[in-house]
Amino acid sequence: MRNLTDRAREAKDKKAAIGPDVDLATFTAEPVRHDYVKDLKTLPVVDRERLIQAGIDTTESGRAGTYIQMDTAVVHAHAKQEGLEVIPIKEALKKHEWAREHYWKLVSVDADKYTAAAELNLHDGYVIRALPGAKAVWPVQACLYLDKDNISQYVHNLIIAEEGSELHVITGCATSPRLKRGLHVGISEFFVKKNAKLSFTMIHHWAEEVMVRPRSVGIVEEGGLFLNNYICMKPVRSLQMYPTTHLVGKGAVARFYSILVGTPGSEMDVGGRILLKAEDTKAEIIARAITNGGTIINRGDLVGEVTGVKAHLECKGLILNGGIIHAIPELQGKADGVEMSHEAAVGKIAQEEILYLMSRGLSEDEAISTIVRGFLSVDIPGLPPKLQEEIDRAVDLSSKDVM
Amino acid sequence: MLLIEDLQVKLGEREVLRHIDLQINPGETHILFGPNGSGKTSLLMTIMGYPQYKVTAGRITFKGVDITNLPINERARLGIGMSYQRPPTVNGLKTRQMVQICAGGRDVDVAGMAARMNFTDFLDRDINAGFSGGEIKRSELVQLMAQQPDLLLFDEPESGVDLENIALIGNTISMLLQRDFHTEPHKSQLQRKKERTKMGLIITHTGFILDYVTADKGQVLFNGVLSCSNNPSDIFNCIKVMGYEECVKCAI
Repeated sequence: MRNLTDRAREAKDKKAAIGPDVDLATFTAEPVRHDYVKDLKTLPVVDRERLIQAGIDTTESGRAGTYIQMDTAVVHAHAKQEGLEVIPIKEALKKHEWAREHYWKLVSVDADKYTAAAELNLHDGYVIRALPGAKAVWPVQACLYLDKDNISQYVHNLIIAEEGSELHVITGCATSPRLKRGLHVGISEFFVKKNAKLSFTMIHHWAEEVMVRPRSVGIVEEGGLFLNNYICMKPVRSLQMYPTTHLVGKGAVARFYSILVGTPGSEMDVGGRILLKAEDTKAEIIARAITNGGTIINRGDLVGEVTGVKAHLECKGLILNGGIIHAIPELQGKADGVEMSHEAAVGKIAQEEILYLMSRGLSEDEAISTIVRGFLSVDIPGLPPKLQEEIDRAVDLSSKDVM
Repeated sequence: MLLIEDLQVKLGEREVLRHIDLQINPGETHILFGPNGSGKTSLLMTIMGYPQYKVTAGRITFKGVDITNLPINERARLGIGMSYQRPPTVNGLKTRQMVQICAGGRDVDVAGMAARMNFTDFLDRDINAGFSGGEIKRSELVQLMAQQPDLLLFDEPESGVDLENIALIGNTISMLLQRDFHTEPHKSQLQRKKERTKMGLIITHTGFILDYVTADKGQVLFNGVLSCSNNPSDIFNCIKVMGYEECVKCAI
């Protein structure tokens, strides 16, 4: 641990390779006290409603466990299903050798000032783990909530699907209505062990003056499947992330899906990189971006390092009402016989489609929102129906706002 | 009733329809003949209300309402519906949802309608995405079954349809126009004809559809002018033997 602290200190002023620089000193990192809540139903109604929008069901029906953190404090953490663990990371690091072994294993603590600050100011975070062979019936839900104005929240998450297990996580980040400005830095490390399956669905629900800097890396072993879904349809001042996944075992598969909506004043720089390092590995990155005044940079990078891998990248953007979409799809084939492709398109809604729907009786506005809804809807193979519903619901709520 | 009076239409700078007069009474179906580029599709699109077809003179009245300047969705609400030849794909919009949209909030048996058109497997596919010519026609008819318009416009409903499906498509159009012999078998055909309200305007190139759908009148559109109005089979036979140019002379 000593070594990590030293490395973090050295990197504490190191700017990130991409994205606008954030002055961390303008936010307060002081711990904020929030009491632990045993019964989620006792949360205030405003907070509960915000949590629901971020995909957190406070009744916990159809959930395998819950983790909720407000600002810097853990408010709730427990697993309902046997074989699953939901533990605050500080506690896990103290108690479990395995947690220490996975901590900072994939993300470099000195990658940039944000990773460094997350080590130096660690405000907890979650460890969600499925024990070997455990099959989660329901998703575990996690929420990192910003409540106090001008707070900076530094969290570190470990998501571990042990050998032969199946784990689904839905995580929502949200802010309280009273918060105007804030910073969220989240380190996430994903471990999908041999023949394990992990789906991770993240729904972001920020506020207009919030800066967000997630840093995440995943690793997928032989026969493993990693589904990573990201949805951000609400305003955010600046969001920059470039999650990376390494497919290191034979037949490992990773699929990234993202849905981004750029509202006026928002700036999103969201990428996805998958490195295919073992035979028969497959990767897919699918992104849908809509702007009605915001700026969206959509990056994707697939790196095929061995023969016979398959990878596809698809990035579609729709400019509704001003704004910028910059699609940057990249493919790197580093061996004979890789099969890699990409398609990128940025455009507007076709008038022909609007008129076709109007001739079936929809008004112009209804036709446009139907097309937007269709554009944003992606079928994610392998995702439990409950989570697909959750995504559809988020898209439904927000495609109305876009109009 | 659909009443078109001295209609003149421009598409961009080009005049595509000139001095069109057409009357379709309740219960009537007309067949629209004409060579490529004569303005047949333009006429249907103008009746449906596509804004790129600019009406420069004349007017269109439907059910007593002047719809010349009415937006497309209000015409749909009044009871005009169209079967397209090449409708656009709407990504992410399932055929099932599209059929429900056509029903406009009414409760309809989507699965039953699709089954009738051998279209069940397509309900969960994005509308028109990768559909063949024949599949598009079947999809359009399922939509019209749900929409139940009073005036149905068909743009070459038999083009791209294989022999196996031509009867299915023809018979379905016949049913939509209240011209089949299976619905309401307890009524006499005379009675059914009296009660018939649905109006149809069908574009055909091949005339194959005439084997399945009876029609009251044939119209020939030539260079943007409606030139001939006669028994549809007579017109079709004349075109087959003499060609369009000779056939339109019947108007003179």
